Amino acid sequence: MTVLSPDPAPVAEAPKAGATRLVDRVFKMRELAILAVFLVMTAVTQAGNSEFLSEQGVKDLLLNATILVLVATGQALVVITRNVDLSVGSTLGISAFAAGLYLQDGGSPVVAVALAVLLGIGFGLLNGLLVSLGQVPALVVTLGTLYIIRGVDSIWVGSRQITAADLPGGFVDFGSGGVSAVPYLALIALAVLVATAYYLRHFGGGRELYALGSNPEAARLAGIPVRKRILAAYTFCGALAGLAGAMYLARFGNVDSGTGSGYELTVVSAVVVGGVVFTGGSGSVYGAALGALLLTSINSVLPALGVSSVWVLAINGVLLVLAIAVDRIVALRVATALKKRNARHA
Amino acid sequence: MTHPSDTGPAPVLALKGISKSFGAVRALRDVSLELFPGEVHALAGENGAGKSTLIKTLAGVHRPDAGQVLLDGGPVVFHGPGDARDAGIAVIYQEPTLFPDLSIAENIFMGRRPRRSLRRIDHKATRDATTALMKRLGVELDPDRPARGLSIADQQIVEIAKALSFDARVLIMDEPTAALTNSEVTRLFGVVRALRDQGAAVLFISHRLEEIFEICRRVTTLRDGAWIASEPLDGMTEDDLVRRMVGRDLAELYPKQDVTPGEVALSVRRLTREGVFTDVSFDVRRGEIVGLAGLVGAGRTEVARAVFGIDRRDAGEVEVDGRSLPNGAPSAAMAAGLALVPEDRRAQGLVMDMSIERNIGLTGLGATVKAGLMDRGAERSRSLDWAVRLRVKYARIADTVNTLSGGNQQKVVLAKWLATRPKVLIVDEPTRGIDVGTKAEVHRLLSQLAADGVAVLMISSDLPEILGMADRVLVMHEGRLTAEIPRTDATEETVMAAATGRTAA
Repeated sequence: MTVLSPDPAPVAEAPKAGATRLVDRVFKMRELAILAVFLVMTAVTQAGNSEFLSEQGVKDLLLNATILVLVATGQALVVITRNVDLSVGSTLGISAFAAGLYLQDGGSPVVAVALAVLLGIGFGLLNGLLVSLGQVPALVVTLGTLYIIRGVDSIWVGSRQITAADLPGGFVDFGSGGVSAVPYLALIALAVLVATAYYLRHFGGGRELYALGSNPEAARLAGIPVRKRILAAYTFCGALAGLAGAMYLARFGNVDSGTGSGYELTVVSAVVVGGVVFTGGSGSVYGAALGALLLTSINSVLPALGVSSVWVLAINGVLLVLAIAVDRIVALRVATALKKRNARHA
Repeated sequence: MTHPSDTGPAPVLALKGISKSFGAVRALRDVSLELFPGEVHALAGENGAGKSTLIKTLAGVHRPDAGQVLLDGGPVVFHGPGDARDAGIAVIYQEPTLFPDLSIAENIFMGRRPRRSLRRIDHKATRDATTALMKRLGVELDPDRPARGLSIADQQIVEIAKALSFDARVLIMDEPTAALTNSEVTRLFGVVRALRDQGAAVLFISHRLEEIFEICRRVTTLRDGAWIASEPLDGMTEDDLVRRMVGRDLAELYPKQDVTPGEVALSVRRLTREGVFTDVSFDVRRGEIVGLAGLVGAGRTEVARAVFGIDRRDAGEVEVDGRSLPNGAPSAAMAAGLALVPEDRRAQGLVMDMSIERNIGLTGLGATVKAGLMDRGAERSRSLDWAVRLRVKYARIADTVNTLSGGNQQKVVLAKWLATRPKVLIVDEPTRGIDVGTKAEVHRLLSQLAADGVAVLMISSDLPEILGMADRVLVMHEGRLTAEIPRTDATEETVMAAATGRTAA
């Protein structure tokens, strides 16, 4: 039977380079834009309050951002595969308590951190298995594990509480110490961030995460082990949530059954504000980290400017909607630009 | 299965007695196929004959329920597409399967990138290899450009480059030419011949019979999931091949009754939707089947959507029985006696998880309501009535429609709209992807409707269907009506000429 065919643009065409540059620019622009917003905000705040960028001020800013950066890095990996992990807050809370309990009983800090990470890996594996084998939307599955882990946490912890006084002094000192203005915890988060970004860029497994988020069906046809990759992304995300739990303990020294509650929403906001597209396949962990930095710095900026902190949530929300709107508009613009270029050569 | 030759080279890839079912649908029944090195082999068959399932079996996507896949004479089991690729089998699917967010170079080498120390990806080697492949194919595509926004032809090129990149021994091409221009087809065939001469086996699928005769040596024909023949093309005519595919005479497939057209039922005047189609005017009379032909993307479906009011029109008028329809109001169009059977029945025509009864009932919600409540009895009898009239094959009317075959699903969509007793019926690709038997039934039905005085506008990319069924053929090219051809003058040549813009209206 005869099928009529369209008459698309000829293949070989020089001006494609223009389209390439355009698309490239748009995607690099995102990280730069966040960085610019962050720098402007910091400058304005510094102008209004010279104490803001003091050594202690910078240190506080970085300490506050560190935990969010870490969890956002893991979350970004999952979002890139077109999934989401809503259980990170619960995982963070239960790992922090487990590590604290172990330290309280006189355990070694290194083992405590390992314990928190292992616990996170366990929950990550659980999420990954449910999502990849169950073929159920990640949003629903991880909402379920969010409640399950929180429930287990509540039963186990009960009304108990861990305070800084229960912890070894060295551990707490490490949590607040640093090299001049740069906290140790921030250095750890930075190392994790750089390593993750390097893996995503330079290793097959990393590129395959983008591939399967970009077009899951094509990924299957290209022979990418889709389930294995999704499982790996969740496991990594869980591990970082566990590590973040240990850091939380070191930083605040105070953990109860409500620790990390609602944190997943901040994490997802940071990732999306940072330009990791929720439909998968695009964005970077650096973007997610910048998003995290931006969101936490708003927390510090408002008090420094004398604005009531009740505005923080609303401003975070506005940023989130703004980020999504920008994504959408840019996507539409790029699509029309490409279409026009193609049409011109028809 | 005939045994093609005991003397020539051994087949590089063969299927033996393959069967595959999806639920109740038997997609392949005892199908065999042999691909020899240095040969381009055609796979022919109507839509729904099982070609895609066969390809996916070769590609390791589907595992057969019965039968064997033989590689170099030895049985193999592909556990996934990766296994098939490692065996040297490259598949170019009808819909290119690219990653829009990744660069062209990454698309080509996904899963098998050049590596440097510590298993890291060698980005430079990847890029250089891509540039070399593009040079070999004679195209200029920037390896770093993301695949998003590439034209279909360019996407096709990337897919071919992918196959070239691992020196595929078997290249399977599912309608690679459907979206290409003549010069692109020529270039593609050059590449295919070069691969063949290097000893690759090529399985080629095309709806354009002349292409099959141009480039293939042997052909295997499938019909309704069953193997019909494997034979040399030498000495065969296009008619022979069509007979194999269709299994009956064409006259039987297009039972068009002659009718005298009545009054104008649908009148479209200067319809325009900016950037989509421009200045489209035509009439459809009672009793008439008007075919709307054109290339994919010419704007036919969009015109239908605007006529029905799903999309707003920017300018122009639509009248049904002399009364103007408001802009962008499908419910008003329905009330005026317009019905639209959409192209994509799964996404737009049916609620797949609902029963046959309720799907047909959807358009009659107004008619089967008593005192504000659904009258389930009335809905059931109305649905049963239409399901029987259209000879829908089902076990129980309460079964969900996703248990039906494609052809029967299409009948349910038709039933749903016929139940509204439309004056004007617009059908968009009414027989795409359904088996030959059902296709003939749908045609009989359309013909019967026209004879009963319904005005039918039939959009179709199936040229024989247009020629066999339409009283008049309207042809669109790039958003404009370029020709109106009466039945007597309509031939494949005249329609194609207008569809490709070779003649002015």
